Amino acid sequence: MRLSEIKELLRCEVLTGEDNLSVDITEVVASDGMSEILAFAKSKELMITGLTNIQSIRTADIAGVSAVIYCRGKRPDKKIVEFAAQKRIPVLVTDMVMFDICGILYNKGLKGVS
Amino acid sequence: MPAELLREEFFIQGRNFEKAGEVSSEIKTILRDLGIDPPTVRRLVIVAFEGEMNVVMYAERGVLTLILTEEDIVLEIKDEGPGIEDIELAMKEGYSTASDEMREMGFGFGMGLSNMKKNADELRIESEVGKGTSVFARISLNTHG
Repeated sequence: MRLSEIKELLRCEVLTGEDNLSVDITEVVASDGMSEILAFAKSKELMITGLTNIQSIRTADIAGVSAVIYCRGKRPDKKIVEFAAQKRIPVLVTDMVMFDICGILYNKGLKGVS
Repeated sequence: MPAELLREEFFIQGRNFEKAGEVSSEIKTILRDLGIDPPTVRRLVIVAFEGEMNVVMYAERGVLTLILTEEDIVLEIKDEGPGIEDIELAMKEGYSTASDEMREMGFGFGMGLSNMKKNADELRIESEVGKGTSVFARISLNTHG
């Protein structure tokens, strides 16, 4: 599924990477624990987290995920969005909670990484 | 001993969460520019990042040395910190001595050392309580990639 479709499904706002929403997503990694994301991500996943600090983007970069969605209406600082833009990682935000996000995406056929 | 192609030292400032991860990002760039294959770079950088975070979270300061040979990539991370009392216990997934502050940063859930072990071909930890910890990680260049 394209990131642009996920954006609509989850009613996301795009903070950076508007030109990069055609990327195809098949797997998702969702956690507030960065080591957990590093442990399971195999690269190219969609990362969902409620952690909005600089480490979330560093983790996304090192894990090699395709995009980051911040849940629960949490918004990262401007400099963190700029950092993501520099790393060319699309960043989206949604008011939805992580459980609902995962449920919706799972229903649409996306799989978690394990 | 295979010949060293590159040896570089990086300073890690303890408790500086803002800069935490910068060294690992730099290493990622260096290895990528050298043409090391992406899966190997990824594994190495996960080891470096977890190691760097451990220094930032627990120690006063540390030095990470990156050594590239024709056969492997080695990371040595030596810190001046509290040390680890029971290394075997610390290696256990889920075991953590992290503070709330560390957890708020998204770390300290007891997966760091096991992540390092998973991604390295060889991982050795030496520690002296009250003095510091040294981590030695090696990733082979010919078996993966």
